[in-house]
Order: sequence, then structure tokens, then C-alpha cells
Amino acid sequence: MTWVNAVIQGVMLGGLYALFACGLSLMFGVMKVINLAHGDLAMVAAYIALGVVTITHVPAVWSFVLVVPIFAALGYVLQRTLLQASLNRGVITTLLVTFGLSVVIENALQQFLSANSRELNIGSLVSDSFSIGSQITIAYLDLAILVVAVAVLLGLQYFLSSSRSGRMIRAVADDREAAQLSGINYRHVFGIATAIAFGTVALAGLAYGMYTQFDPTTGTTALLLYAFEAVVIGGLGSLWGTLAGGILLGVAQQVGAQYHAADQVLAGQLLFLIILVLRPQGITSRRELA
Amino acid sequence: MTTAGTTDASPLLEVAGLSVHHGQLQALHDVSIAVPAGQVHAMIGANGAGKSTLLRTIAGLHAPTAGSVRLDGRDITGLRPERRVAAGIALVPEGRRLFPSLSVEENLLVGASSRRTGEWSIDAIYDLFGWMRDRRRQRAAQLSGGEQQAVAIGRALAANPSVLLLDELSLGLAPVVVRRIYATLPQLAASGMTILLVEQDVSQALAVASHVHCLLEGRVTLAGPPAGLTGAQIEAAYFGVSAASNGNGDGSPPGTPASAGPASVAPAGSVPASSVPASSGPARQADQPPGVHI
Ligand SMILES: Nc1ncnc2c1ncn2[C@@H]1O[C@H](COP(=O)(O)OP(=O)(O)OP(=O)(O)O)[C@@H](O)[C@H]1O
Ligand SMILES: [Mg+2]
Repeated sequence: MTWVNAVIQGVMLGGLYALFACGLSLMFGVMKVINLAHGDLAMVAAYIALGVVTITHVPAVWSFVLVVPIFAALGYVLQRTLLQASLNRGVITTLLVTFGLSVVIENALQQFLSANSRELNIGSLVSDSFSIGSQITIAYLDLAILVVAVAVLLGLQYFLSSSRSGRMIRAVADDREAAQLSGINYRHVFGIATAIAFGTVALAGLAYGMYTQFDPTTGTTALLLYAFEAVVIGGLGSLWGTLAGGILLGVAQQVGAQYHAADQVLAGQLLFLIILVLRPQGITSRRELA
Repeated sequence: MTTAGTTDASPLLEVAGLSVHHGQLQALHDVSIAVPAGQVHAMIGANGAGKSTLLRTIAGLHAPTAGSVRLDGRDITGLRPERRVAAGIALVPEGRRLFPSLSVEENLLVGASSRRTGEWSIDAIYDLFGWMRDRRRQRAAQLSGGEQQAVAIGRALAANPSVLLLDELSLGLAPVVVRRIYATLPQLAASGMTILLVEQDVSQALAVASHVHCLLEGRVTLAGPPAGLTGAQIEAAYFGVSAASNGNGDGSPPGTPASAGPASVAPAGSVPASSVPASSGPARQADQPPGVHI
């Protein structure tokens, strides 16, 4: 039964990873941008939420109402300026720019907000749980994060497949030049895609801040790596692959931890390496979005 | 649109003194062409002559190093591709370039992104290509080459262009399919659309166009109505053989080559089989030079 519990905990942790990974996957799928600042941006969202809570005294769980739109706007502006400028100069430039962004964010957070660990205080919600049988305990927060992750992916899937903007995003991802020839301003479409990606990374950052403690380095030491692993395990550019990848990673980590507490991260890396060797295209091999 | 009443004094599409570079390589040298409203013009030339570069520059995908592109008198040289679509220029690119993961209908809907209005609704496009309506939910990647070409044309039509640029519609298609695709062009021309098409299949080009331009290594070597051009003239302009065979002034064949006489000196083996008209159909004139039947 403890192993069953480990798997269930892993699935829920996987929801958090999938939430982190979907923005990374979307930006790669549409723009071929590998955003190395992804994890740090999640931390920025968590710190902004801290500020919002301090100033407005709204409960931390509601901070997303403000933080997500702020981040979406930030994503659009950043794409239309810095990222687009770097894209015009080539893939390596973009990689270096997002790396630079990551370093700047991390140092700025440390400089202005100190290196102390923080958390988004959600009161008793963080520990409330229910039990199934004697061995399985499910925390409401963990379950809620999984539900949010699945809802975000479903919503994104629906948006991409059914809306006019979603159709334009898929067209630009397929063939940017042909999209231009069809009258699409691909820069604007890139901006929309990045806005969505930033919205999801903000959500992920808030979820993480409620889930556990964070500090300015959390973005690069944990989040970026897990998000990458989830994306690669699931298959680049595939949303459902990202969910599957996140869940597999979560399960591997929890089962590893069950075996030996210190092996949690190692088990995840092993799975990642095994997939890279046996199935480098990821467990879902579809190339297209959604 | 003001295109209908345009006088023939001012062409709808005008390219003047256009030079285009790909890095070090100069693909077009001082190219000038003018296409009056409602006419079908064809651009012919060998592989690498610069035909695609010309169409892509008109569509805004390449920035010229000199010269200008005008649409209905308006200078659009500095406009981005998507803005040119809004202005009324649509290109069916070489190799079709459909959105493979999108359905047929989605490809057409994306083509309508510029929101120009006109007679080419999605329904009208389905009427033009009879099979398309029933298969609108199919992914573009699953279509045959000829079907993809039809969708590519439909996608361009969805933008309701006043000028339609077509780059090698026949590329990689069976002759029957090519004929079927080309059979739709008179309908487009009849609707008042101005068409500039690029074609390696010379007989195909001569059959549909009221005016032919020949490109050779980035320069216009011949231009005029097909009826006024002899096969030998076209062959000389196409392969640049007059200079080679006479040994005089190679590299200086500006304008119409006057010394196009001994074009037959061109080695027969150098004529690409696919570009010779009747090679595929025994029913047609077998050994005539391109351009005689029209
Ligand atoms: N994007 C590019 N970068 C570099 N060189 C290019 C590019 N596009 C075309 N060229 C070069 O420019 C010249 C003209 O090419 P272009 O594609 O316009 O010829 P074309 O007449 O369309 O030929 P084809 O019949 O093979 O389609 C060729 O020498 C080609 O190699
Ligand atoms: Mg070409």
C-alpha cells in the first residue's frame, strides 16, 4: 500500500511539474525558444504574489487573479521587444538572452528581497487532507494543483484547437513564412503565445509557493530542471505529452523517495536519461502542437 | 477596390529596376515588369534564374537592394508581407507550403486572416474545387500533391487578392493533374484577378498567359505576347545559347536577343524533359519548339 501511495503522491506532484512545463513546451513549440529563465520567472510570480498579499491582504490563493494577467502582459511585451530582437539574430542569441535574463532575475531577487526562504501562507489549507484507507493520505492542496494543471492543459488544448487565435498560433508554429503570406503578423502571434506561456508559469510559481518554501535560487536549482525533464520525457511541443511527462517524473521521484528518501531526485534523473537514450523524441512523438 | 477601372496606362502591379541579393549572390539584376489589371502574365526561366526570388520579393519576403514594387500606383516596397496581403497581393509559394497539421478548412480560414472582403468566401472556394468541401476536415498533410496545390491556391484566394502570384503550380505533379489545376485559372482571370505566374513548363505558361517574360540569370531576356515570339527566340532567351554559340559578347545579352537565329545549336540533352511541352502526351505536337501552339 505504501507503494500505491507513492504513486498517487507522484501523480499529484506530476501535476505541478506539468503546470511548470506547459509554458516551456508552448514557447518551444511555437517559437523554438528555449526559455532558460522559465524557472526564475515562476519565482518572480511567487514574489509578486507575496507583495500583493502584503499590500492588499487578500488570501494568497486569490493572488493569481492579479498576478496571472500581469505576467501575461509582461510576456507579450518581453516577446515583442527583447525576445523578438534576439530571435532576429539567431537561435544561439535567444538562448543566451534567456540565460542572461535568468541570471539577472536571480541576482535581482537576491539583492532586493534577500536570500531567505519564503512561502505563500495559505493557512491550514497547506496541511488539510483526507485519507483513503489507512495508508493513503491526499492533501487538498496537492489535489487542487493537479486539478488546476489538468484544467489549464484542457483549456489550452481547447483554445489552440477551436479559437481563431489558436488556429493562428498553430499555423505560425507550422510555417512562419507561409503564415505571413496568409496575412498573419507572426510577431503578434508570438506575443500571444508568450503571454499564455507566462500566464501558466505564473500559476505554476504561485502553486509552488503555496506547496513549499522558495528562495531566489529555487527557479534554477529545481524548477527549470524538472520542467525540462517533463517536456523532454513527454515529447517536445506536445501538450498531452507534457502532462504525461510531468506525471511520470513525479511518480519516478516519489517511488524513488519511497525506496530511499535521498533518491527522490536521482530517480527522476534516471528516468529522464533512460527516456533520452531509448526514446529521444519523448513518449508521445507527435510533432504538432496540442 | 479601385482595380476594376484602372486604365492601361498605369499597371496594377509594377516592378521597376529591381535588384535582389541573397548574401553575396545577386539573384535579380535591374528587373522591370508591369502587369495591367486583369491580365495573366507568365514568368519563365531555367532553374535558378531568379523566378521565385522575384515573386517572393513582390510578396515582401525579400528586401530588394534597389528598385521598387508598386501596387495600383502605391509604393509597397517597404511593406511587410502580411501588410501586402492586406493591400491585395497573395502568393502561392513554390512547394505549396500548406500548414500540415491544420485541416483543409483551417488552411483556408488562415488564408482569410487579412479579412479582405470579396467574392472568394470559403464556400466559393469549395465551389471552385468540387472535392474540397467533403474533405474539409482532413489534415493538409494527408492530401495528394495535386490536392495540396488546390488548397494552396484556395488559401491564397481566401485573402481576396487583386494580384495573385503563382510559383510553379506544376511542380511535382502529374500532367493530368497540372492540366486540371491550370483549368481553374481562366475562371480566376475572368473574375478580374491579375495573375503573375512562374512556370518551368513553358508550353503551359504560353497557353495561359497573354504576356511572357523570360528570366535568365536574374535578367529579363525576353518579353512580349506569346503570339509574337518564335520558339527559337524563347529557347535562346531561356538558355542563353545565342551568346554561347556565336561566341560574341557573352554576358551582355540585354533586352531581347536579336541574334536569336541559331538557337538550334543548343544541345538537345540540355533541354529538361519536363519543360518540353509534348514530352508527356503523344497526342500533342511532338517535336515542336515551345510556344508554337497557342
Ligand atoms: N534564400 C536564399 N539564400 C541564398 N540563395 C538563394 C536563396 N533563394 C534563392 N537563392 C539563389 O538565388 C538564385 C535564384 O533562385 P530562385 O529560387 O529565385 O530561382 P528559380 O528561378 O525560382 O529556380 P527554380 O526553377 O529552381 O525554382 C539561385 O542561384 C539560388 O540558389
Ligand atoms: Mg523557383
